[in-house]
Amino acid sequence: MKVIKIDKTDWASGLEKLRGSFALIGPVKEKFYHTFKTLEPGREPDMDYANTRISPKFVIYPQSEVILKCSMDANDPDYKIFKEPEKEYKSKAVVGIRPCDADSFPLVRRNFDTEDYKDPYWLRAYETTTLVGLACDNPCPTCFCTSAGSGPYSDDSLDLLLVDNGDHYMAKVLTEKGQSLVSAAGWNDDAGDDAAEAIEKKKADAESRIQSRVNTQNLAGQSLLDLYEADTIWETEAFACINCGTCTYVCPTCWCFDVQDEVHGNQGYRIRNWDSCMYPLFTRHASGHNPRGTKLDRLRQRFMHKLKYYVDKYENGIQCTGCGRCVRLCPVNIDIRRICNMMNSYDPESCTCEVTAS
Amino acid sequence: MENPYIPYPVRIDEIKTETEDKSLKTFKFVFLNPEDEEKFAYRAGQFAELSIPGLGEIPIGIASSPTEKGFVKFTVFKTGKVTSYLHSMKEGDIMGIRGPLGNWYPWETLEGKNVVIIGGGFAFTTLRSSIIYMLDPENRKKFKDIHVIYGARSPGMLLYKEELENWAARDDLNMHITVDSTDDPEWPHHTGFVPTISEQEAPSGTDDTYAIVCGPPVMIKFTQPVLDKLGYSEDRIIMSLENRMKCGIGMCGRCNTGKDFVCKDGPVFTLQQLNQTPKEY
Repeated sequence: MKVIKIDKTDWASGLEKLRGSFALIGPVKEKFYHTFKTLEPGREPDMDYANTRISPKFVIYPQSEVILKCSMDANDPDYKIFKEPEKEYKSKAVVGIRPCDADSFPLVRRNFDTEDYKDPYWLRAYETTTLVGLACDNPCPTCFCTSAGSGPYSDDSLDLLLVDNGDHYMAKVLTEKGQSLVSAAGWNDDAGDDAAEAIEKKKADAESRIQSRVNTQNLAGQSLLDLYEADTIWETEAFACINCGTCTYVCPTCWCFDVQDEVHGNQGYRIRNWDSCMYPLFTRHASGHNPRGTKLDRLRQRFMHKLKYYVDKYENGIQCTGCGRCVRLCPVNIDIRRICNMMNSYDPESCTCEVTAS
Repeated sequence: MENPYIPYPVRIDEIKTETEDKSLKTFKFVFLNPEDEEKFAYRAGQFAELSIPGLGEIPIGIASSPTEKGFVKFTVFKTGKVTSYLHSMKEGDIMGIRGPLGNWYPWETLEGKNVVIIGGGFAFTTLRSSIIYMLDPENRKKFKDIHVIYGARSPGMLLYKEELENWAARDDLNMHITVDSTDDPEWPHHTGFVPTISEQEAPSGTDDTYAIVCGPPVMIKFTQPVLDKLGYSEDRIIMSLENRMKCGIGMCGRCNTGKDFVCKDGPVFTLQQLNQTPKEY
C-alpha cells in the first residue's frame, strides 16, 4: 500500500483525464440536499458534504433495471423467448463515496453472490466500478459506523481513500483498480514518509468524534425465537411506524426487490425494482393470506433481518454500516441504534431490555 | 456466469382440466430446445417458476416425476393475474420455465423406510411426483410400505382421478382416497376429513416411518395432533411450504420464515425445523 499526494490544483485536471476511461459519479448538491450523480464534463464532485440522502447503492444496483427482454411480435422466430438485454458495462468510478457506503457493498454481495446462484447484473456492475472514498472528518450525530463494522476512515472496501489535508489530499492506494485510476489521472506525487502516520492520527481524531454507538456483542448468542417474540420491543416500536418504507429506500444495505413484466409496443421487458419489506404486498399470497400481515410483523422483519437473521446466516456482523440515514429520515423517529441495543440486551426471563423504547 | 433469471422456452403440449369446477388445469410442457430438458434435471418435491412474458412468473410445484421423460407437468389453480392468463392459454403456445428450484423430499433418508403421504386439495402435485417416482420399478424396492391418504371436498375435486384408481388397485401401495362429503351412493372410497382418515388408516409412527404432509393450513392444523398421537416424532414429519416469491433463488428477500428462504432453503422442511423458526408462512 502506498500513499500519494494529490494537490488540489491538480484535482480537476486529473478528473478530466479520468473521463477517457471512466464514467464519473460523485456527490453534488441539488436544491437542498446532496445526491450522487453522473458528473458531466466540467462538473466536479462537491467534496464538502456530510452524506447524501439516498445512498450510492444504485450505482451497482439501480432502483429499476431491465433484466430480460423478449420480442412480443408473433411473426418473430424468437417470439416470447426471454434473453438478456445487451448492455455495456463501462468502467465507472464513484469519487467521494463515504467509507460506510463503500462497506455496504461487500455486505450486500453476500446476498447476490452465492455458491448456488450469482446475480450477473449486480456482479458485473460491482466488478467494473472503482470506489474512490473520502475519509470523514466531521461525522453527523447520527453516525455510528465505528460500532457497526465500518468507520470514518475504513478502507476495507475501497480502491482509493482520499484524506483531506488542506491544500491537498493524501491518497491511500489500496488495490490495483485504485492504482489504475491514479495512473490514468496522472496523480503520482509521493506523499512523503510521514503521510501514513499523519493519516493514522487524523483517523484516531475522526473516530473519537463519533459519539453514538450500537452494542452488538450479544446478538449472535440471543435465541432467534426469543427475540422474535419480544413484544416488549416490537409492540412499542411498531406503534408509531407508518410503514412508509423510507428506511429501506435510503439504506445502503437493503437489497430486497420486486420483479414486474411490462410490454411496450412489440417489446416485452422483465424489470427488477427495489421493493420494501414495509409494504403488505411484499408478502401477500394470491389467496389473500399474508404471513406478515400487520405493521408489527413488517417492522420486526426489517430489524430481525438486519440484526439477527443476517448475523446468524453469515456470521459476519450486522447488516448495517452505521450511516445513520434511517435514523435521520424516519418520520416517526424510529432509531435502529435503540432497537439494536434493546435486542442486544433483551432478557427473555424478565422480558426486559436495558434500553427502553422511547 | 450463468444467468439464473432466464427461463427455458417451452411449448404447451397438452392441457387437461382436472376438477369439476374447472379451477385446476394440468399443463404438460415440452422444451423447445431438447438439451434444456437435461439441464432441468429435478427431484420430486422441487418447484419451478412458470414464466409468461408480459405478465410475470409464478412458483409452482413440479407434478411430473423425474422418471417421466420428454415433458414436465404442472397443475395450476386459477387465482391471480398470471394463473388466470395461463388458464386461457392454448396447446401450442410458447412460454417459459425457470428451475428446478428449491430442495426436495429427503429421498436418501426415506430409502429403506415406510412412507406415509398425506395430502389434501390441490396441494397434491409434488405428492403425485413422489408417488410416481417411488412406484417406478427401479425405485419401488428401495422403500418399505407406502401409504397414501388423499382427500378433497368432493369426488369431482380430486386431482389425477384415473391415476388414483390405478393406484388403489395396486397391491404395493395402500391408497386411501377420501372426500369431505358426496351424494353418490356408489362412492367406493372413504368419506370424512383427511385428519380423521389418517387416524384410522395411517400406520403408527416408528423410527422407520416418515410422513410427508401437504395440504391447506386447516388440514395441517388438525393432522398434526393425529400424527403426534400415532407416535411420529417431529423430525419424521416432512412438510412443504408456500410463500409469495419472485426470484426463487434466495435473493429478492420476501419468502423468508426467520433466516430461511422458502424458495432456496425449502420448500421442504421437517416439523422439527419449522418449530425452530417464526411461523411466517
